[in-house]
Amino acid sequence: MRLNYPTNIKVVKVPCTGRVDTLLILKTFESGVDGVYLAGCLEGECHFLRGNLRAKKRVQYVKTLLEEVGLGSGRVEMYNMSSAQGQRFAEVAREMAEKIRALGPSPVKKRKL
Amino acid sequence: MIVADRKSLDEILKMLKPYKKVLLLGCNECVTVSATGGEREVGVLASELKLSRAKDGQEIEIREQTLERQCDHEYIDQIRPFVGDYEVVLSMACGAGIQYLAETYKDKTVLPAVNTTFLGVTLEQGVWSERCQGCGECVLHMTGGICPIARCAKSLLNGPCGGSSNGKCEVDKDLECGWQLIIDRLKALNQMEKYEEIIPIKDWRTSRDGGPRKRIREDLKL
Ligand code: SF4
Ligand code: SF4
Repeated sequence: MRLNYPTNIKVVKVPCTGRVDTLLILKTFESGVDGVYLAGCLEGECHFLRGNLRAKKRVQYVKTLLEEVGLGSGRVEMYNMSSAQGQRFAEVAREMAEKIRALGPSPVKKRKL
Repeated sequence: MIVADRKSLDEILKMLKPYKKVLLLGCNECVTVSATGGEREVGVLASELKLSRAKDGQEIEIREQTLERQCDHEYIDQIRPFVGDYEVVLSMACGAGIQYLAETYKDKTVLPAVNTTFLGVTLEQGVWSERCQGCGECVLHMTGGICPIARCAKSLLNGPCGGSSNGKCEVDKDLECGWQLIIDRLKALNQMEKYEEIIPIKDWRTSRDGGPRKRIREDLKL
């Protein structure tokens, strides 16, 4: 499969979405990114049992933090897909890129921290 | 442990409005365990503050530091070499720690980042519950190990009141009636004779009503 997905998405590999902690997501926003999404395994199919479910809760929490900060909760999302769903990966990438484009650039980016 | 809640970012931002250089201090004890003011929460708050200021095009410099405790001099003293470099200290410790910092660094403004709430236990990961109000005259031996001061909404010493229904307290239908818990426990322990005993009027001077309390152990003093 040679599927295209938007080139402005940078993929960061982690062993499991359960590895992604609140502060890690916040730090990426500090560095000026416009949005972050987690691509976890399908629910119920985590190799580490609950990693993706914990990630889901953390994303919810980060949403409340981003709302508090004033960046808006829509800049972070959680998606689930299996490693066999390449189509879905590309589709989600386009969906998220569209969503973030609609929200506009992060107000943090314009002014360097 | 002492349990606290993080203040809202809004409230913290208002307090910090005049300042650009902030020393953000966590505490490694109770507030770490109750996930309010340990190293992680210091990191999250620092990040939130930086993002929020950056969004509005305002500067902020934050030094993050988490002390072993903020209620003991030897740890508080560790910030002495650099506290002077900051305009303000924002503490995530309990009220005791925050006050001790302020007492120690008299020329510094020390601000609270948390609301200190209660003495309690971890029910499950992420859930804490109040158990004791430090009344200074414990009656747990009379009440099956369940505190009537902390767990009855009215702190009744001889309950329940008429508002107890189906094991729930009248102040909130989701709240267990402390006195129903006590009775159930005494029954299970076969100690209902303790329930028949009237607990005398409490001398609240051992609690907050006698003013701030102090404990001294002469043998330990240097
Ligand atoms: S009776 Fe007093 S000391 Fe004992 S648990 Fe209750 S509040 Fe704490
Ligand atoms: S219902 Fe129970 S817990 Fe609530 S105030 Fe009355 S005795 Fe106390």
